[in-house]
Amino acid sequence: MLPKNKIDFLMTQAKAIRLSIIEMLVNAHSGHTAGPLGLADIYAWLYFEVLKHDPKNPTWSERDRLIISNGHTAPVLYAALAQAGYFPTSELKTLRRFGSRLQGHPHREWLPGLETSSGPLGSGLAQAIGMVLADRLDTDRTSSRYFYAILSDGELDCGATWEAVMMAGKEKLHNLIVIIDRNHIQIGGDTEVVMPLEPLADKWRAFNWQVFETDGHDFSSLAEALDQAKGNFIQPAVIIAQTIPGKGVAEFEGKFEWHGKAPSPVEGAKAIDEIKHHA
Amino acid sequence: MLNPDQKLNPNLFDLAVEQRTTREGFGEALVELAEKDSRIVALSADLRDSTRLDLFAKRFPERLFEVGVAEQNLAGVASGLAAMGKIPFLATYAVFSPGRNWEQIRTTICYNNVPVKLVGAHSGLETGPDGGSHEALEDIALTRVLPRMTVVVVADYEEAKKATHVLASLSGPTYLRLVRDKVPMLTSPESPFILGQANILWRGENPVVTIVACGSLVYHSLLVAKKLAKEGINVLVVNNHTIKPLDTKTIGDLARETGAVVTVEDHQQAGGLGGAVAEFLVQHQAVPMELVGVKDCFGQTGTPAELIEHYDLGVEAIMTAVKKVLERKNN
Repeated sequence: MLPKNKIDFLMTQAKAIRLSIIEMLVNAHSGHTAGPLGLADIYAWLYFEVLKHDPKNPTWSERDRLIISNGHTAPVLYAALAQAGYFPTSELKTLRRFGSRLQGHPHREWLPGLETSSGPLGSGLAQAIGMVLADRLDTDRTSSRYFYAILSDGELDCGATWEAVMMAGKEKLHNLIVIIDRNHIQIGGDTEVVMPLEPLADKWRAFNWQVFETDGHDFSSLAEALDQAKGNFIQPAVIIAQTIPGKGVAEFEGKFEWHGKAPSPVEGAKAIDEIKHHA
Repeated sequence: MLNPDQKLNPNLFDLAVEQRTTREGFGEALVELAEKDSRIVALSADLRDSTRLDLFAKRFPERLFEVGVAEQNLAGVASGLAAMGKIPFLATYAVFSPGRNWEQIRTTICYNNVPVKLVGAHSGLETGPDGGSHEALEDIALTRVLPRMTVVVVADYEEAKKATHVLASLSGPTYLRLVRDKVPMLTSPESPFILGQANILWRGENPVVTIVACGSLVYHSLLVAKKLAKEGINVLVVNNHTIKPLDTKTIGDLARETGAVVTVEDHQQAGGLGGAVAEFLVQHQAVPMELVGVKDCFGQTGTPAELIEHYDLGVEAIMTAVKKVLERKNN
């Protein structure tokens, strides 16, 4: 269990991230709404509780690595990075604009704090595995670094994801921790309609992973899963985080139609009001 | 005649010229590199023997990562290793990489800008008995269009060795093209190999056509030069091992000097060496040009010699192309 003051602090951070996401998307007139809002709690937890990192020294070699496989959720990443101090929050309004460091999908060379350039789905886990293998060679298996990868549930359709899942199990990469944004939607509809994923936990177990199923909006259950994952030295871990796409704005919640579009100024103003007063 | 500055194999034109595979050259060079540099690692997709990664695997088992028959993962894992400061070489058949995993190469390696070294073995019709499914005739095109990618096609064992060393030293992504079969040893350990610098292997007196070749067909091009000299047609033969960045200085100068160019490659006519040379010349030094390459079709089963002959890439086809381009130049 996290102490109450810590939970309150993380809730405040998550709320600020959600507000930034809406402002960015309204400004950009395009981008993804549902995924980023649903991930706001997880990003707040990672950047303000979990990650060993230094926003003033983004290339610090001993930092934990966070690999974003679902690059389309860039707004939540950018909001969290800015809030953590990697760049000014005033820059968030440049999202998706010509010349902006906040590219539509994240580009490593444009913005500090990014480990990879991503966008096309299904490649993040493989890259995380490569990083862990390098870490293992360099530290002779005594590493104090953790490698986190965030995957969407939609990209579990990709065969390449499962090639990587199989390899991480084979290599027993214990300091690799995957978080799946299990929001049950993808661009074309419900994940179980487009391409059924269940029984999802069983699939990962079958590939020799340690599996945790949590509420992705509950900081204490996320923390508990992570603690247990870190206590296992022979398996990689996956946290299947159940999230509500569009979380925080009733109008957006649970609707796949909000996967890939941005709110209008009127919808945005209503959303901001709702987040400020209720979320 | 043969350019003495190139220090070529003096027995080059002997019928019994020594032959070795380019794969061996790569495999041996990789071990040499890894002995000096701990950043060198290798990735196999269940083809370590036929790519000669087995040599590396025996010497450095800890630094060899086996991904299984999973080429998309191969590219992604290599990207992650490179992001952590390693210099990963990944080797498999060219149809699978850069074929099957092209998007992963584009995004996680080139767009991401990390120094992953791709090696495509079993390229071209020279894959022979395995048949059309395994004869990669599109890999130069696939890699050449990727920003930041360096593309090298080697002509023999020695060149494969040198290229492997040079490519390892570059800070960006690279592609090295190899073939399955043994090929004649044209060059010697003393022959120059400078990335992006085409080598003039043969220079006839007052040459009238420049043959720009790459890979194992450089040998065939030299045979052509010798035969044509007997007919009184003097040519230049260039071994253009670096497809990208193209040696535009040498190719432009020689196109101006001879006024006609023939390109020769074991690859589709579209998008390969011929395409690269044509794209440059048409904008800077337009001259009549003929492209010897595979004409928009797939290969089939056969010996390399049979296939090279059948698909019009061999000595006869190159001679015909030279005569044709000469006729166009003189009209």
